[in-house]
Amino acid sequence: MKKQSSGFAPAATATDPAHWVDSYADYLYAYALNRLDDAELCRDLVQETFLAALEKLDEFRGESSERTWLTAILRYKVIDIYRKRNAVWLGKDRAHDPEPEYFDPETGHWTQAWAPRPMRIDSVDPALRKELSILLQKCLERLPALWYSIFSMKHMDDEATDVICKAMKISAANFWVIMHRAKVNLRACLQKEGL
Amino acid sequence: MRRIKKIIYDCHHATYLIEKSQHASLSLKERMSLLIHLSACSICRLFRRQSRLINQVMNGLFRASAGRAQSLDEAIKREMQEKINERLPK
Repeated sequence: MKKQSSGFAPAATATDPAHWVDSYADYLYAYALNRLDDAELCRDLVQETFLAALEKLDEFRGESSERTWLTAILRYKVIDIYRKRNAVWLGKDRAHDPEPEYFDPETGHWTQAWAPRPMRIDSVDPALRKELSILLQKCLERLPALWYSIFSMKHMDDEATDVICKAMKISAANFWVIMHRAKVNLRACLQKEGL
Repeated sequence: MRRIKKIIYDCHHATYLIEKSQHASLSLKERMSLLIHLSACSICRLFRRQSRLINQVMNGLFRASAGRAQSLDEAIKREMQEKINERLPK
């Protein structure tokens, strides 16, 4: 009979890489796919996560579950992809549509064309909810890459603001400006789509 | 009085505060200014409702795809495990 009441029991901190794939590969893959939508890239990231975890086996203290620990490693890899994609996008120097004037530059008041109007989306009809999430996804894709990254990072895990700022190299003040502009833009997009 | 008038007119700043308030806590000054603005501006009250809804749908978006069956091919998994085993101390 083994008893594991002692704080020194090695089993309390041990992790066994031999069963990682069976136990966590699907979970990690789904996690990545949720955020990146590129199956091949996600497979690679899962593999890299396992290999990176092997390198830091001694950092695993058993304070969190294996899954949490592995997910944290993967999460940083996902954030890194966002950062790289954004760098590519910035490098392209593309001309994108100027932002419409949602607010009067003088007073800050809503301009007539863009002032929020009641939409059908306030209903709880599940069919409408479905339509709304499809449209929202479409509107999201039209956002500038940096806004898209930041906005979805904040929503997918409620990722800590300072983690996002550090990864994307922006200031906290800039973070809120971007979140705000993304939200105003998305809402306007939904209104334009006639919801 | 002019300051109050500016707060009441400034939907740009009010919607900024609304967005921030939905993820973080506001300072006392920010809270007061938002309260004053919203008490006078029904458009921004509507914006706040719709903004909250967008957040809900955003969160649902990730949950919905999380629930989808997304498993890796068994062959790929075997390959992954082999790569791990190669690096394991014997």
